[in-house]
Amino acid sequence: MRAAPYLLAAPLGLVLGAFLLVPMAAILVVSVFDYDSVRLIPDVVLTNYADVLLSRVTWLTYLNTLKYTALVWVLTVGIGVPIALFLAFCVQSAALQAVLFLVCTVPFLTSNVIRMISWVPFLGREGLFNGALMGAGLIARPLDVLLFSDFAVVLAFVHLYALFMVVPVFNTMVRIDRRLIEAAVDAGAGPWAVLREVILPLSKPGIAIGSVFIITLVMGDFTTVRLMGGGQRASVGLMISNQIALLQYPAACANAVVLLALVLLMIAALLRVVDIRREL
Amino acid sequence: MAHAKTIGRRTALKAGLGLAGAAAGSGAITGFPTIWAQNIRNITLRQFGTGVSNLNALADKVKQDLGFTLAMTALDSDAVSQKAVTQPRSYDIADIEYWICKKIFPAGVLQPMDVKRIKNYDKIVPIFTTGRLTPESRIAQGTAPHTVGFVEGPASTKFAAQPTGWMTLIPTIYNADTLGIRPDLVGRPIRNWRDLVDPAFKGKASILNIPSIGIMDAAMVMESLGRIKYGDKGNMTRDEIEKTTAFLIEAKRAGQFRAFWKSFDESVNLMASGEVVIQSMWSPAVTAVRSRGIACTYQPLEEGYRAWGGGLGLSKNLSGIELDAAYDYINWYLSGWAGAYLNRQGYYSAVLETAKENMSADEWGFWMEGKPAQSDIKTPDGKVLEKAGAVRDGGAFAERMGQVACWNSVMTEDRFLVQKWNEFVVA
Repeated sequence: MRAAPYLLAAPLGLVLGAFLLVPMAAILVVSVFDYDSVRLIPDVVLTNYADVLLSRVTWLTYLNTLKYTALVWVLTVGIGVPIALFLAFCVQSAALQAVLFLVCTVPFLTSNVIRMISWVPFLGREGLFNGALMGAGLIARPLDVLLFSDFAVVLAFVHLYALFMVVPVFNTMVRIDRRLIEAAVDAGAGPWAVLREVILPLSKPGIAIGSVFIITLVMGDFTTVRLMGGGQRASVGLMISNQIALLQYPAACANAVVLLALVLLMIAALLRVVDIRREL
Repeated sequence: MAHAKTIGRRTALKAGLGLAGAAAGSGAITGFPTIWAQNIRNITLRQFGTGVSNLNALADKVKQDLGFTLAMTALDSDAVSQKAVTQPRSYDIADIEYWICKKIFPAGVLQPMDVKRIKNYDKIVPIFTTGRLTPESRIAQGTAPHTVGFVEGPASTKFAAQPTGWMTLIPTIYNADTLGIRPDLVGRPIRNWRDLVDPAFKGKASILNIPSIGIMDAAMVMESLGRIKYGDKGNMTRDEIEKTTAFLIEAKRAGQFRAFWKSFDESVNLMASGEVVIQSMWSPAVTAVRSRGIACTYQPLEEGYRAWGGGLGLSKNLSGIELDAAYDYINWYLSGWAGAYLNRQGYYSAVLETAKENMSADEWGFWMEGKPAQSDIKTPDGKVLEKAGAVRDGGAFAERMGQVACWNSVMTEDRFLVQKWNEFVVA
């Protein structure tokens, strides 16, 4: 019966092999091809990697993408952890917990793109928000920075992805053994001490899983940056999508390999700090 | 149509044969060729292209006039070039632009057309054959359609300098592009490309974010400012590319641009919402803004237009009866109904004579001759587009297409261009 475990794992293994590993291998191979404006020229050249790694533009683009990731991460943790805390500890009834949790997911019943685009009429120069501020006499001229800016990009990211932080954190928090908290209280800990010494350390795996979602989603994004940045902001995903659009597949592949390596490194570093296997 | 898309061409054909056999009942089916000839109705030609010319009305009319099915897929222009090059078996007819053709045809995925089989070949607007609208006109810069319009022979992928009888694309639609403005918000007459970077419009201008086209709009601006004189705006040297992008970066840092747009709807929304008052624009986008009751002018400029054109190319895999059907389709396309339909949308069609026969004198006068409309001008589906008395922006066909400074193009240094353009976007 030693074959049984392998048989059980086989369907997923086959799917991942066919639809993840094979395409990744193809990306790796194409990334060393040469190309002209229409054709891929099978070859082993390092020019694509040189173009990625030695260009100032790529470095700036990567830095900009990392900046978005850092900002979005800080904000989603800042928003997600208190929400999860509220749901897990302040709401006593399990039924109400479930209801409130579902309420959190309501915005996600609409499409990602719609949620993003609906910010445009709200934040625009002639938009609702500027109109309200001007109506209230707070500003004399509309604020341009609200739309087609870094602010707009980060706002949309946080709006789109905050739930990806709430869910895993909530999930770890509800599984924290309540007796630990009682013990801490009995030992004389105040609410802040309980939070700092008991709840947060035990929630770390959830935060780590949420962070993995945030990092991978933001690092690879291209639509949000394009739409909310008004085409004036850059991200690695957008750079890759531009290269694909211009049929520069080898350049896009080299870029994708570098991006993948970077994201894997970030996640490896994260997993060294937090042991999420305990959670799984 | 969905049915036609999901079922492969071969299977559809086989199913058709089966049905025909059943319908014939006792009919003794002996010779395949006769069956195939009768089965033109069961043919589905798969065409793809950008939304501008992939119109369902055309497919419906083809079904009615020619009997076979035209399954259309509309994609954005990036996806079009990808599909054309990387999935040559997924289409029969490629509706592509001339500048993309310069990239696609050499990849060997299309077959040239024998002009002897094209009835109205002699009547095609000479821009597409000799490059000159009238014998005196100057040939514009960029990838002018006639430079990629012919190849040297039936199996060649090498572009010919002269008409050879083997045509790469049959022109479908073309037009002259310029800047769109909000006349109510710019506050002064706009006459030159350099007005795009006028500090008066700081934070209210936009340019399109397709490197090969955006750079040419920028080049028109640079030349208009007198900063540089290009050898060929459609095929710049590295030095010219560097100077042009440096200029764009300078303007971007100064806060000139509100946004860059990439798709049709983005340009419409920027303009309609008032975020932008002057920008590169496509003519149907101007119409779309106007149809919301917002004033928008497709402003003719002293330096001339940037033109583009598209055409139908045949897949290398087409042969036999399907190839015959494709030629029938192309001949139909040039025979007038389609031309009139496209002219009425504000584009220009390849054979003007036949299109004229399918338009009213008033329509022809408004769209093609720059005359004031005698009565309301309607879209093909009957909506009022312009009230009586209106005159088309830019005027007559000869005035607009005669003022082309440059065609959409693909540059020899396009890799370098893309790098530099990325720098501009990141800056």
